Amino acid sequence: MKPIESFELPAPSKVNYMNAQYGLKSWLLTKDHKRIALLYLGSITFFFFIGGIYALLIRLELLTPQGDFLASTTYNKVFTQHGIIMIFFFLIPSIPATLGNFLIPMMIGAKDLAFPRINLLSWYIYLLGGVITIYALLAGGVDTGWTFYTPFSTTFSNSYVVATGVGIFINGFSSILTGLNFIVTIHTMRAPGMTWFRMPLFCWSHYATSLIMILGTPVIAITVLLLAFERVARVGIFDPALGGDPVLFQHLFWFYSHPAVYIMVLPAMGVVSELIANFSRKNIFGYSFVAFSSLAIAVFGFLVWGHHLFVTPQSVYAGMIFSFLSFAVAIPSAIKVFNWTATLYKSSISYDTPMLYGLGFIGLFTVGGMTGLFLASLAVDVHVSDTYFIVAHFHYIMVGGALMAYLGGLHYWWPKITGRLYPEGWGRFGALVIYVGFNLTFLPQFVAGYLGMPRRYHAYPPEFQVFNVLSTAGASILGFGMLIPAVYFVWSMRYGKHAEANPWHLPGLEWRTQSPPPTENFETTPIVTWDAYEFAPREETEVVGKFSGHEEPA
Amino acid sequence: MIESHATAHEVHGHPALQHHFENMEQQREAGTLGMWIFLVTEIMFFGGMFLAYTLYRSFYPAAFASASNHLDITLGAVNTGVLILSSFTMALAVYFTQIGKQRPQILCLVLTLVLGLTFLGIKAVEYHDKYEDRLIPGHLIPGRSFGPEVAHEGDHDPHKLHLLPGATVRQVELFYWIYFAMTGMHALHMVIGAGLLTFLIIYSAKGRYDPEYHSPVEVIGLYWHFVDIVWIFLFPLLYLLGRHMEHG
Amino acid sequence: MSEHIVSVRVYITIFLVLLVGTALTVWVAFLDFPGRLNTIIALAIATAKATFVVLYFMHVRYSSRLIWVIVASALFWMGILFAFTFSDYLTRGVLSTGY
Repeated sequence: MKPIESFELPAPSKVNYMNAQYGLKSWLLTKDHKRIALLYLGSITFFFFIGGIYALLIRLELLTPQGDFLASTTYNKVFTQHGIIMIFFFLIPSIPATLGNFLIPMMIGAKDLAFPRINLLSWYIYLLGGVITIYALLAGGVDTGWTFYTPFSTTFSNSYVVATGVGIFINGFSSILTGLNFIVTIHTMRAPGMTWFRMPLFCWSHYATSLIMILGTPVIAITVLLLAFERVARVGIFDPALGGDPVLFQHLFWFYSHPAVYIMVLPAMGVVSELIANFSRKNIFGYSFVAFSSLAIAVFGFLVWGHHLFVTPQSVYAGMIFSFLSFAVAIPSAIKVFNWTATLYKSSISYDTPMLYGLGFIGLFTVGGMTGLFLASLAVDVHVSDTYFIVAHFHYIMVGGALMAYLGGLHYWWPKITGRLYPEGWGRFGALVIYVGFNLTFLPQFVAGYLGMPRRYHAYPPEFQVFNVLSTAGASILGFGMLIPAVYFVWSMRYGKHAEANPWHLPGLEWRTQSPPPTENFETTPIVTWDAYEFAPREETEVVGKFSGHEEPA
Repeated sequence: MIESHATAHEVHGHPALQHHFENMEQQREAGTLGMWIFLVTEIMFFGGMFLAYTLYRSFYPAAFASASNHLDITLGAVNTGVLILSSFTMALAVYFTQIGKQRPQILCLVLTLVLGLTFLGIKAVEYHDKYEDRLIPGHLIPGRSFGPEVAHEGDHDPHKLHLLPGATVRQVELFYWIYFAMTGMHALHMVIGAGLLTFLIIYSAKGRYDPEYHSPVEVIGLYWHFVDIVWIFLFPLLYLLGRHMEHG
Repeated sequence: MSEHIVSVRVYITIFLVLLVGTALTVWVAFLDFPGRLNTIIALAIATAKATFVVLYFMHVRYSSRLIWVIVASALFWMGILFAFTFSDYLTRGVLSTGY
């Protein structure tokens, strides 16, 4: 196996996908997956800031125990909308639609995704869903919680449930089309020599994510549709007063919404695999285990939804099954964490910004994942249900995990996407601020929740105030920290140093074309004869100390 | 160097070959795979409604049987036959495209479309009957909320609802909710299918498809067969579930 | 991989089978069988009809293993939705928690 560190590139051309064509029409009617990725990047960032403003309002209200900043009904709308925007319009599309869209064809040596026009359509559908949801927010908002539990959402809420439901329904198709595109692309468009087991783990995790997207999203689609019809027609599908069953709604809702969290975290894990292997200059430990664990998470993730129904009339027997399976689903995630750690062991780690985010992910995801195990336990879950423990748990995974990975991936591939380097010093500073701010925000929430502070209340007993003050302080730091990369990324587009084709000196296929890439990605179709993470063998090193010994040459 | 198994003909590219594919075979494979994956989403989509149906039927068997018996079995059976025939003509359309016989291909596509529209027409008649008998659930029709006339002992008026022992009107309304949701969603898919068929007919008439490139005919055929399969299950589950309990 | 062209004769046969199946399911619906047998028979006939459509009209019989896996997975996933939801409804009250 010849190690690959340098190679001959065709002479870089000034023409790339960004300047190949000019004009608004060339962007809005593009079929180029890279341009579509940028379109998504812009819209996703927009929705992230809206969701962030709602978060800010929540944290401001919770500074004091009294409900003195927002009325209770307003507060209900604020946390509902924070959840809906962040989950459906930021987290679920974030990594797949930006990094996935941009990189998957490049990583497998293809010119584009299988269905470029459907790719563009998925962005327009995303926008349509977003516009309708924003309309609902501006018209008066929705106050049911992002979970839309019935019969409050069908019968008693006076807010814009139907409009929001329609927005989410439409947005679901964007997800489905993206997943469909990825699956067909990975099956049919790999370059000659690019076998399944030579693909980067980023592709494996997106494949697994796409499986969830196509199998789960249709169920939330029909659920939201039935909810909307029930609300409009006043018939009892889910309303017990009319003969319906509210637990049926929860079954149907969580059948998707639990796998949805794996839609959010699997792409992040794919990014982290790339970050850990590449920034420690070492082949990922146990490649096939990591690849198969992605598939295992996708499959097992569909078998555990009942753990969201432990405090409903769901039968105890079913609860036990779901509890057992919820413990089991942690195993493939743990396998990944072990393999990443083993990759880091005796490797050559460089603490560039992407690696900082990757390392941050491992720690924070572990915390989030382990607290998930507490929740898988029936008895503990009954105690902490609807408290801030749950809120802290999922924010550790979604923000500490998915968002960190997203930022890490953005930094890692920024030179490839934009042809510019971001300022490394500011990058590391931003990562640190975000890490500190994040932990200060959510660690106190674990304690508050365990001690009994309920979620979704704008007022709380005064003994919880100290945790909330810490949390809001952390949120301010986190918010400030998010602005740092926002500023320097934009700055770098104009003033950043120009990036060469392979600024990090890595073996991945995406680094073997210029930065930014030409529209067709590669000058000629590559023929792949190497594995995903082939680095040059390291020199023999003498390890001094208690565990000293010689390494056998490879 | 581009390494592909392109023949001399394909190196110049079939006019329908898209730029990001290496050859027509890859493009066809991708198209077929894409449609199958889309059908998977449709299976899960209808699956949610089948779940609701199964659950409520197990809760309220008498009401569901009563409501089902009120549906017109003749129209339902005829519609089933119509759809199966349309699947047959669709399969033939694909066949004729594969062997390059344009006129029979277009004829079969037109027949499929006509049969599909027939199905929708019969459905419209059925829906109208429900409207007449005040069986549209909830308050969907303003001023005409759910309120069928219940038949008393010995009254054999077909427009009145005959309740089996244990059934209530509220529960019957649930059946009709599910009936309209499922057949309505199915009908919507038929309308979309009819639109797709229209495109196929127009493009076929322009000679767009040949034995080498007919992927759209094939994948829309897959979609059409899927919609047929949904009805194959809807018919017995909605129309036939209580017939063995019907009294005279 | 060349495309397999299914003959008209096969299509006609399957079409007739489907029509017979429809007539059969209507006829059987009026016969009173014990317990849940009516439902089981109706679903069995419907499943058989659907299988013929999938295998022959949709060409799955002549398709790659990947397509088989996709079809099987979809059915399996719908099965998960049904099985686990009913594992709740069918076992309510089986285990008492004491309150």
